[in-house]
Amino acid sequence: MEHTSTLERVLRGIALSLIVLFFMFPLFWIFLMSFQTNETILRIPPSLFFEPTLGNYKALITGKLDTAAGSLDIAFMKNLWNSVLLSTSAVVLSLILGVPAAYAFARHKFRGSEDIAFTLLSFRFAPPLLVLLPLTIYFQQLGLADTYVGLIWVYQLICLPLILWIVRGYFEDISADVEYAYRIAGHGWFATFRKIALPLAGPGIAAAGLLAFIFAWNNFVFALVLASADKQPVTVAALAFVTASGIQYGQIAAGIVLSITPTLAIALYAQRYLVEGLSLGAVKG
Amino acid sequence: MAGATAAPSNAPRKKGGLHISRSALPYVLSLPALLVCIGILIPFVTAVWYSLQRYRLSQPWAQKFNWGQNYLDFLYDSSFWNTLQISLTYAGLTVGIELVFGLSIALLLQKRSTLNNFVSIMLLMPLMTAPALAALMWKLMTNPGFGILSYFASLIGLEDFRWASSPSTALFTVVLVDIWVYTPFIMILLLAGLRSLPTQPFEAAALDGVPRLQQFFRITLPMLLPYILTATLFRLLDSIQQFDIIYAMTQGGPGDRLTVFQVEAYLDFFQSTNIGRSAALLMILWAITFFLSNIFIKNWLRLRERARGTA
Repeated sequence: MEHTSTLERVLRGIALSLIVLFFMFPLFWIFLMSFQTNETILRIPPSLFFEPTLGNYKALITGKLDTAAGSLDIAFMKNLWNSVLLSTSAVVLSLILGVPAAYAFARHKFRGSEDIAFTLLSFRFAPPLLVLLPLTIYFQQLGLADTYVGLIWVYQLICLPLILWIVRGYFEDISADVEYAYRIAGHGWFATFRKIALPLAGPGIAAAGLLAFIFAWNNFVFALVLASADKQPVTVAALAFVTASGIQYGQIAAGIVLSITPTLAIALYAQRYLVEGLSLGAVKG
Repeated sequence: MAGATAAPSNAPRKKGGLHISRSALPYVLSLPALLVCIGILIPFVTAVWYSLQRYRLSQPWAQKFNWGQNYLDFLYDSSFWNTLQISLTYAGLTVGIELVFGLSIALLLQKRSTLNNFVSIMLLMPLMTAPALAALMWKLMTNPGFGILSYFASLIGLEDFRWASSPSTALFTVVLVDIWVYTPFIMILLLAGLRSLPTQPFEAAALDGVPRLQQFFRITLPMLLPYILTATLFRLLDSIQQFDIIYAMTQGGPGDRLTVFQVEAYLDFFQSTNIGRSAALLMILWAITFFLSNIFIKNWLRLRERARGTA
């Protein structure tokens, strides 16, 4: 492979540039748009040169949108907060439920263990509406409709399989001998789990948590079906925002930028673990 | 494994720890996960039950068990066949293009270099964007009034290219968004696969002067096959259920142009309030995904065992 011709290197360069252009351009363009007034956005032909404004972000943060027709209240910050709250709580709950189970599945072969693990995995691939639509009716009866608790519980559908299968892999990678030695010294299983297994699998567990957070944050359909405007995360709220604000394109772009920044930042930070997370632990990066 | 499960019976136990009998321990640890399983299986069973009923919210008095009439009705229901056709077309197009595209990019980035690693990390960004928000981004870019892509289209002579709002180009537009979001998924899995392949066969082939194209078809592709299968099936399972991108972009429109399974079921449930039909549609989708996921899990497990070094 060493003797690559000049022609090949040029072609490779062109191909790479086109690929980067295709995948980066939309993000770049929306980012630019978020710093423009409606006036410059609507200008034809579009231009890369404009006087940047922070007005769109200011409108979103203060919750006051000044339009030609008057002032409009927007609750985008509330939705952003909903996203933070829902995703964080869902991941924490998932870790509490999933890590001990992952440990049990990794260390003990017991009756039904594989059945539970695979049932959970299969949830990841079943149509979410199949569960969500009947749930809307149950949630009405249980008083869980349009509550954070109800949503966080449903979010387990995405977080739990991910955490369980990735963390299980990390526990399996740790040699059981270390734990055995610690137990021989007279420590109980809980001390062994806490002092040996957890710290060794720690980085993996943290990465699984971050990935589950990304998937929870990016989820759309759960909250669309189960939450009213007041409880909606940004993914659903942004869509409603488009309809409500009509032509405030700059603010929509700013809203999108604010909504995708957290997941992009986490993804860049945890990118080493991304392959493993995306394949539910089947491929190592 | 056996060492860890055998209790050191003669070792003195520390006082104050949690004492749970050894045989019960794994059950106790996995109980919460089990409860979540049951909590999800209940609505699933309810959905099966709904799918066998005549159940419209607008006619609550007429709710009754109708022995699979909902399923039989599909046979003569042209909008069902439209749903099936558009779902399969969408899944086939997106996964097919993403596979070719993703594999090509992975091959291009195969060599570990600063530039290649940088590009592969950049390409992760669309994948980490919420699909619903990605659809909104493309909606802004394809707006007929100011969208940059509409402008580009007009530059190359497509004066009135209406993207997602025209029945003839709506499918193309949502497929394009799907490709933008999910090609990196296939790329990153295949790249990891490519980089984990043993180097000896390639060195031997290079020594023997095997042409590169032949190397690719005879060595790379067969060795990469488990990764390709897993990535493709994974994507296929998600793509046949696509909801976010299509709903955020067009809500299934224009007309019924993009009413894929989940979008159609959603509209049935909330707009026509025909619960029975909605549930039956989802059951059919579930049957398709169940079939696919069984094949998927076999491949996925094999790959997982390889990654864990137990195979």
